[in-house]
Amino acid sequence: MNNKKKYLSTPYVFWAVSFIIIPLCMIFYYGLTDKTGAFTLENIGAMLSPEHSKALLLSLGLSFLSTVICLLLAYPLAMILHGMNVNQHSFIVFIFILPMWMNFLLRTLAWQTLLEKTGVINSVLAFLHLPALNIINTPSAIVLGMVYNFLPFMVLPIYNVLGKIDINVINAARDLGANGIQTFFKIIFPLSLPGVISGITMVFVPALTTFVISNLLGGSKILLIGNVIEQEFTQASNWHLGSGLSIVLMVFIVINMILSSIFDKDGEGSML
Amino acid sequence: MKEKLIDLVGITKSYGDNIVLDDLNLYIRENEFLTLLGPSGCGKTTTLRIIGGFETPDKGAVLSNGRDITKLPPNKRQLNTVFQKYALFPHMNIAENIAFGLKIKNKSKSYINDKIKYALKLVNLDGFEKRMPDSLSGGQQQRIAIARAIVNEPKVLLLDEPLGALDLKLRQDMQYELIRLKNELGITFIYVTHDQEEALTMSDTIVVMNQGYIQQIGSPESIYNEPENAFVADFIGDSNIIPSTMIRDELVNILGVQFACVDKGFGTNKPVDVVIRPEDVELVAPENGTLEGTVTHLIFKGVHYEMEVSAGGFEWLVHSTLMHPVGEKVGIRVDPFNIQIMNKPASEDEEAIGIDEQ
Amino acid sequence: MKLLKRFYIILIFIFLYAPIAALMVLSFNESKTRSKWGGFTWKWYLSLMDDSIIKQALKNTLLLALLSALIATLIGTVAAISIHSMKRRSRNILLGITNIPMLNAEIVTGISLMLLFITLNMRLGFTTVLLSHITFNIPYVILSVMPRLKQLNPNTYEAALDLGASPLYAFFKVIFPDILPGVCSGFLMAFTMSLDDFIITHFTKGPGFDTLSTKIYTQVRKGIKPEMYALSTIIFVTVLILLLLVNFTTNRINPADDKRQKKQTAET
Repeated sequence: MNNKKKYLSTPYVFWAVSFIIIPLCMIFYYGLTDKTGAFTLENIGAMLSPEHSKALLLSLGLSFLSTVICLLLAYPLAMILHGMNVNQHSFIVFIFILPMWMNFLLRTLAWQTLLEKTGVINSVLAFLHLPALNIINTPSAIVLGMVYNFLPFMVLPIYNVLGKIDINVINAARDLGANGIQTFFKIIFPLSLPGVISGITMVFVPALTTFVISNLLGGSKILLIGNVIEQEFTQASNWHLGSGLSIVLMVFIVINMILSSIFDKDGEGSML
Repeated sequence: MKEKLIDLVGITKSYGDNIVLDDLNLYIRENEFLTLLGPSGCGKTTTLRIIGGFETPDKGAVLSNGRDITKLPPNKRQLNTVFQKYALFPHMNIAENIAFGLKIKNKSKSYINDKIKYALKLVNLDGFEKRMPDSLSGGQQQRIAIARAIVNEPKVLLLDEPLGALDLKLRQDMQYELIRLKNELGITFIYVTHDQEEALTMSDTIVVMNQGYIQQIGSPESIYNEPENAFVADFIGDSNIIPSTMIRDELVNILGVQFACVDKGFGTNKPVDVVIRPEDVELVAPENGTLEGTVTHLIFKGVHYEMEVSAGGFEWLVHSTLMHPVGEKVGIRVDPFNIQIMNKPASEDEEAIGIDEQ
Repeated sequence: MKLLKRFYIILIFIFLYAPIAALMVLSFNESKTRSKWGGFTWKWYLSLMDDSIIKQALKNTLLLALLSALIATLIGTVAAISIHSMKRRSRNILLGITNIPMLNAEIVTGISLMLLFITLNMRLGFTTVLLSHITFNIPYVILSVMPRLKQLNPNTYEAALDLGASPLYAFFKVIFPDILPGVCSGFLMAFTMSLDDFIITHFTKGPGFDTLSTKIYTQVRKGIKPEMYALSTIIFVTVLILLLLVNFTTNRINPADDKRQKKQTAET
């Protein structure tokens, strides 16, 4: 029976090869050739040019920052949600998935309205006699947009992995004399690492490669590496250069994936 | 009389409408092996969790050497727990697991290392320091859980059905192991189980519980031989429980026939329950018995034969090393000393027997 | 402490939902500019009815989401069952490949598919976008069906065969009902992802074809038409009501379940 079942995956294997594997090979083909089709490393080396390396460094910096902020915001949140003992796991997921039903571009754009000089946030701040926030069209606004868009990807894996920790393991630590803080650092945090790592991957990769958030909230002056690549494909039509830069980007993604597979062998930190 | 090490006073606990423990009073003496025995949902685990500090009772107090510890968190209590499914820390190796409590107490490195060696020797797992918990079998994990608890030298060790997940042979080995440990270490064991055999084998004192009430407290012998009510008689071992009438002291009417017995003080012509253990029913020639009956079932059980005898309108369960084939007419005789008289249950609650919940 | 926790949760929720509230408010704004409140109006909702461009984009978006989610659910469920019965090695390889679209950057996935379609001389439009959406939807289906399959007791299927059922009959009577919740959540997940996608559509759509996302993106420079706010408000509120209804009714049906769960958590 199992032998027969194996063939059931044929359509999917066919699909995966056609639409996952081959397309990736195409990127490598374009990235490693020039317009005449000759082999070259120029497209990859182009990342070292001042303009591209600046964009890459900025992307790395902003995505690192937003990943850290997401983690700092999400961990306590996941702990609180877990501690509320809501039996309805699906309800928690629902609350974080729900915003996705409002278009992501519109939601991100809405921050422009909220952040404007005379926008809602500054009105509230003025009312509280606090200094105004002028971050629109700055890297700070981009970080805010990243945190806003990707926070659920950090919360859900951590929340899920916390739910999987055997309550008796925590009880055992208390029983052996550990106080709340010791229990957290010696037991809960180490056991939640798969979720944390998975969350970091899910936030870092899209933040590193985004071109939409920087476009919408950073004005047109701030270029991230995603913007550069997007422009090579849609405006400059230099696919070879765009592919070459993508290959460099993928190096970071692969490092990230390897790290996450080391720490999360059993896929415990999944989002669903 | 040794002093009361742990004293539970008037403990009541409910979850929503479900009353789990109702005004429970119980004390545990030093160096005692006390077992809480009962079907699932009888409140035994909740009692243990209240002693361990994982639950707070709605009413009542937990005293330790006379000091009220009801509100004390588990990490401040001088007792340790061995959890049902071991609850080893999956991300630490065996040595780190065992060292956990000692590191919290800031013991020196050499002290900790000595203790780990000592504890592993004690549970017969020398050399397992660097192994990870998931590479161990259930029985080994259980022994590590015990080692992890005892290195802290607790006054009391709480064990929550620790052998429940093990197979029969291993369970029996572990029972002897636990008795040995208890004698070697001289600490008090509070043990929770639903397995009556386990309780009879290991305990100094057995507390039989049902539906949040204590049914009987006593030594294994007294619980087995002199059950106070039908629940205890039925839960501990096999038994024939027959509604009867106490005619007067030392004479009881069972199924219309008068039997001599040794119990007194039940009054005259009073309805009672009679308990007769199957191994105490003697099968003799029909003319020599007090009651006459026919063998209806016969099963070979290894050590003995198990038979059912229809006599006086009741199906008697009989254990005997002598075989009587189905259909044979037999006489039933019971030694007066082996007839145990019990009062009829006073309340509905006591009557409800929950064994089937398993 | 409890108050602090409450406060923290509320703060995060304001953060998550403030932009949504802002968009809803904008959909009732008389003034056409984003930054000024010009008074309350329904007019964008009315003019939405006559806006054929937005309506076409909406139609494309919904059709795309529905088709891609359906096809992905079909392929994904069958694939999950097959992967589940595979030996460890081939299973890990296939699951690794499945993870690529989820873990890889969307921009890379989008570019790679665009390069493929152009090399194959396919005209960029509905078909290419649909193929792309199915591609990134399948992993969501597989990953929501797999855990269900793992929970299955393998003996029930064998028991059905033992009792004389044909493999297909046994599958639909024994396995399928058990994995159905996973299939459904996979479908919903896929539908949502497709609906919300912009980046991959952006690279694979070609001129002349638009979904709501790409339409909005082209409007960013010129200024978003307020009808877009009205439309997304309608979509959001509809989904909210639907999901609340589903949540509410399932709660009603299984109050006993819920109670039992609570008791169990209390006992452990």
